[in-house]
Amino acid sequence: MRRYLYDVAVLTRKDLILELRARDTVPAMLLFVIAALVVFHFALPAQSSELAAKGLLWVALIFTALLGLTRAFVAEREQRLLDGLLLAPCDRSAIWLAKAIATLAFLAVAELVALPAFALFFSGIDAATIAGVALADLGIAAVGVLLAAMATVSRARELLLPLLFLPLAIPIVVGGVGASVAGGAGRYLGFLALYDGVFAILCWASFEYVVAE
Amino acid sequence: MIRARGLSKRFGQRRVIDRLDLEVESNGFLLVTGPNGSGKTTLLRLCAGLLTPTGGELEVDVDRGDIGYLGHEPLVYRELTPLENLDLYGRLYRVPERRERIGMLLERFGLWRVRSERTGSFSRGMLQRLALCRVLLHEPSLLLLDEPYSALDEEGSALLDRELSELRERATLLVATHDPARLEPLARNRLAFA
Repeated sequence: MRRYLYDVAVLTRKDLILELRARDTVPAMLLFVIAALVVFHFALPAQSSELAAKGLLWVALIFTALLGLTRAFVAEREQRLLDGLLLAPCDRSAIWLAKAIATLAFLAVAELVALPAFALFFSGIDAATIAGVALADLGIAAVGVLLAAMATVSRARELLLPLLFLPLAIPIVVGGVGASVAGGAGRYLGFLALYDGVFAILCWASFEYVVAE
Repeated sequence: MIRARGLSKRFGQRRVIDRLDLEVESNGFLLVTGPNGSGKTTLLRLCAGLLTPTGGELEVDVDRGDIGYLGHEPLVYRELTPLENLDLYGRLYRVPERRERIGMLLERFGLWRVRSERTGSFSRGMLQRLALCRVLLHEPSLLLLDEPYSALDEEGSALLDRELSELRERATLLVATHDPARLEPLARNRLAFA
């Protein structure tokens, strides 16, 4: 177990250093989410409800995550570096877990800017929404990284990732919007936690088969 | 160490390797030759476990961590330095005395002075040298080298000649090349794809 966690830490560190140097994922996510919120601010009629605005927040977050996920395996794809990682004598699920942790960190950074921006443009953010976003991030990272790896080996990856990811993100949107706008947020947060748990286990167990030819 | 019986590999309708029988003993040196698209790279990738056969059997009696694979790409991150790239692989391969071994390889392959520069600015030849460091880092017992002389200058090629002549005493080698004359004195067997 220690060995596995060591591999995850080594691979996560590598992904974070790559992003710190290349800066081609987080800045794009930040620009996109701010731009989306600005557009929504002007697109939404002045008398629209807070509920509609919260719905749009989730639309912005899901598409921002999608943008980050399309870049999750760019380095590995462009120079076939996935081969180098697959040849290493570590459990292949460690590659998935490290990428999911790095993706989670990128999402967190994007949301640290997006949520205050949303509060500025629309309305305040409550604790249930923040908890919903945090739980949604876990699910997005778990499922999204697996699908990004799947799409990486395909020629139609730009098309394939949204086609695979968006249907699987619907429960996240349902749970997230429910936690943000409905009474009894606990039920929706529980639903998101269940989704995270089930899909994290499925993705962890199936990653090896996704990246193997 | 490697046994193939009726090994076949197809990509869609295209049959790249067709019922190949092959046996490479431990410490063997097999030279793989043939024109472009004849299946040399595919054979090496099959032996590395990066591809799965579509027919026949392939046995490679060595753990994944004991294989050194050099492909067409150097498999190093362009945003990282040579030290960081080799440190990453050294950690994943659990290389003992990692730092000393990395330093020794970088020195031997003439990359020590650029050890802290990002590899994105490297020439193709320097990347090939770094790729060779990566392959040799964990002292693999099976080396799968696809066009190892590619992009190397005279000095680099001579260096690789010396490495290979040392390695043939303690490792099994499969080397795919378009320049068999250079390696024929070292090779014990030759497989020519048509």
